[in-house]
Amino acid sequence: MNLSLLILLPLLTAIIILLVRKSTQVKWVALTGASLQLILALALYYFLRNERMEGNTAQMLFELQYNWFPAWHISFHLGVDGISVAMILLTAFVVIAGVLVSWNVTKMTKEFFFLLILLSLGAYGFFMSLDLFILFFFLEIAVIPKYLLIGIWGSGKKEYAANKLALMLMGGSALVLVGLLGLYFSVSQHSFDLLQLSQFHIPIQTQMICFPLLFVGFGVFTALFPFHTWVPDGHSSAPTAGSMFLAGISMKLGGYGCLRVATYIMPEGAKEYATIIIILSVIAILYGAFATMMQKDLKYINAYSSVSHCGFVLLGIGMLTKTSMTGAVMQMVSHGLMTALFFAVIGMIYGRTHTRQVNEMGGLLKRMPFISTVLFIVGLCSLGLPGLSGFVAEMTIFMGSWEHPDTFRRVATILACLSIVVTAVYILRAVTKTAMGPLKEGFEYLTDATWNEKLAAIILLAGIIAIGIAPAWLNDLVRPGAEIIMQKIVPATTGVN
Amino acid sequence: MNDFFTLMKPELMITGIIFLLLFIKIGKGLSNENMLMIIQVLLLLNFIAGFFFNAEGILFNGMYHASKMVTLQKNILSLGVYIISLLFSGWFKRSEHMPEFFVLMLSALMGMFFLVSSGNLLMFFLALELATIPVAAMANFDLEKRRSSEAAMKMILTGAFSSGILLFGISFIYGATGTISFTELPQHLDGSPLQVLALVFLFSAFAFKLSIVPFHLWTADVYEGSPMAATAFLSVISKGAVAFIFMATLYKVFQPMHEIWYSLVMILSIATMVVGNLFALRQQNIKRFLAFSSIAQVGFILVGISSNSIHGTTSVVYFIFIYLFSNLAAFGVAGAIASQTGKEKIDDYKGLYQTNPFLCWVLALALFSLAGIPPTAGFFGKLFLLTAGASKGSYLFIIIAALNMIISLFYYLRVVRAMFMEKNEQPIEKIRIDFSARLGLIICATGIVLVGLMSWIYDYIQNMV
Repeated sequence: MNLSLLILLPLLTAIIILLVRKSTQVKWVALTGASLQLILALALYYFLRNERMEGNTAQMLFELQYNWFPAWHISFHLGVDGISVAMILLTAFVVIAGVLVSWNVTKMTKEFFFLLILLSLGAYGFFMSLDLFILFFFLEIAVIPKYLLIGIWGSGKKEYAANKLALMLMGGSALVLVGLLGLYFSVSQHSFDLLQLSQFHIPIQTQMICFPLLFVGFGVFTALFPFHTWVPDGHSSAPTAGSMFLAGISMKLGGYGCLRVATYIMPEGAKEYATIIIILSVIAILYGAFATMMQKDLKYINAYSSVSHCGFVLLGIGMLTKTSMTGAVMQMVSHGLMTALFFAVIGMIYGRTHTRQVNEMGGLLKRMPFISTVLFIVGLCSLGLPGLSGFVAEMTIFMGSWEHPDTFRRVATILACLSIVVTAVYILRAVTKTAMGPLKEGFEYLTDATWNEKLAAIILLAGIIAIGIAPAWLNDLVRPGAEIIMQKIVPATTGVN
Repeated sequence: MNDFFTLMKPELMITGIIFLLLFIKIGKGLSNENMLMIIQVLLLLNFIAGFFFNAEGILFNGMYHASKMVTLQKNILSLGVYIISLLFSGWFKRSEHMPEFFVLMLSALMGMFFLVSSGNLLMFFLALELATIPVAAMANFDLEKRRSSEAAMKMILTGAFSSGILLFGISFIYGATGTISFTELPQHLDGSPLQVLALVFLFSAFAFKLSIVPFHLWTADVYEGSPMAATAFLSVISKGAVAFIFMATLYKVFQPMHEIWYSLVMILSIATMVVGNLFALRQQNIKRFLAFSSIAQVGFILVGISSNSIHGTTSVVYFIFIYLFSNLAAFGVAGAIASQTGKEKIDDYKGLYQTNPFLCWVLALALFSLAGIPPTAGFFGKLFLLTAGASKGSYLFIIIAALNMIISLFYYLRVVRAMFMEKNEQPIEKIRIDFSARLGLIICATGIVLVGLMSWIYDYIQNMV
């Protein structure tokens, strides 16, 4: 399968959106584009699975390479393995759901959908690129659409939130840039190519400098403590689809970068800094969970809980075992789907009640059975109920972390586990207060979800349940990729896994 | 004699156009509009002709030299002048003395052509004067405005001062080495104190022209007071030409002293980026804002220059090529708004998107390109400058440059925010842009979007070095 299709398709969609005039046409073009993206992503999964079944053990499949800037040894190099395909699938699911829930956007419809599609273009490119230069290129492409989405269509302190997000993410990418340049000049045959770089042994001094730069730089995207502060403001001010993209896709760019670039290319650096990563991610997990307890606004609740849940991703990476890394990727996919659905539901509720304060709502189940049920399911997924995706992912991370015999890592695992209890408290409290109890005044004439909202919710729910009930397919997809990353780390570890 | 015509073709073309303009002016039979059209066609022809019948060689015992790189640099400058003639058509049409403006501009352009071609310090000095003095007259072109005269006065004074310093430096060099020819100088340079002093003097003269901190103080006032077309010329064409010759001088002539000038370039680069960016944060007037932003951009150019390699040359030329599109687009939009409404404050731009979506998108693209955000060309330009600079291995320098990109993003976003996000009861009314200004803006926007993605442009430039 030709991977450039996944870049050309969003590009073409965006261009057509610019050309058509009526807002209904814009919506249908966007929806068609998003559906085609989903079909392509599923096809990609199918082809990858077939190749693997036939015994193709190459690290990257469907590679394609054009010389881009030969003077700097930069090539347009794409390729996918299981991890990338998992992330691409996630992106496709979130994009189509995001387009569907934005059906009622009336303000500057054309620009809105143009930016949404541009964002998805950045995400696909990022997950497929095997050249660090184009990886960085796609990483940054996604920043400005986010800024504009929040600033123009957002609510509340939108300008402040948009600025904060853009500056912090650009700060993160500046660190990434310096780290990448360090890597580029560290090998004699200057190269940005991921696969080539992974073959070279990067000098340990370079790793000690570049690993933190890259890890923190990507970490900003994925709410690494203490660089998580853009998350609550950004998510809560963004329009519904914006929050979905931010939490569902954009935060995953960081996790993927930490794993694929920082950890894979610089295994020694990862080992040296593992302790710090674990400490920071445990802080993020607990801090995020406790901070959520104090929130009254549904969007803030989900935003802070995203900090906590993304902490699990970094914890999984920091634990440096095959299982924990597989779990980290599964957590990215699971959290992406779940949080996108959560934001979608919050958007649906807010669109009807015009409030996001938990205290001002009640008894919504009576008027909006579909929306409330979805809210329940997604809440349960968030607190890790077996049978839904959250449980599978977090469980895998914990199992991987427990493989370490040393006390420090076990204590960290136990502390991280504790957050599940806290999660249960805030999720159950928020969900029951919103959906149960007597119907509050003024909510008598609310209507249930429309066709587009139902479709969006069902698409995302399908993903969540597919992972929850039969996690093996995702595990099989991701595990070979994690194994290759681990192969570079294992030789010098204490024989764990 | 044949060499004379082929090698000096660009300069002769410009001279021809200048004379033609003078004749047209005497004739007085043409309306401003038709005259502008003729000028635009002539400049376009001049730009196109720059690609054909080019030769390499030297003239006048090495005083003047032409090479592929020099021709390319001249072509870039010609393109810039052509775009300026398109962008500010509204202002030109209303100006009483339009042909004179172009005569001045083309004289300055000819000075710049001689500047990038110069192979001797004397020639270099003459060319620099020719490139500076007409610009001061251009700055004074808004005859009824006092600020315009003030700007011209400031330019003349600082220009004279920097020329003095330059001559001082040249005399030191002659005293220390006994030659002023670019080809002979490197053999005589050994880093003795007198030569270092001469280098510092020469460097300061360049710093004046490029508005490198701490020699930047004239920039904002001159930019603010001058008519928009003159400001655009100053900030893009003038800076580009001086940056070209600055780089050539450092790389070719002062190569034996490269360790000394490396630290100079590095320190001044950091100072320029930081000061330019910090001052840009607080500007209210869009011209002053762009002035400080262009100071900061020069800091980035210095990062590329510091690399002292073929990559340095290529990335600097590439960056200036991109910078030309981005900055001219920004000035073009600001100029269109200022010439119709007289509004130059950033706050006036609030809610502009409701009335002028086209202008807003062009300005946003230009600002994103200046900030270095993909997929605009500015991203590639800045990234290659930083990569070239990083090849020397001083990471602190690169980290400071990268952090400066964030500061700059903050103030570029301020304008974007005003245009797209902030509400305004009375936004600027619909601006009417005529065909040629629209064409100019579209050329710039296309350049901003495509130049980066088309990687062969970079290779083309590298093959010219």
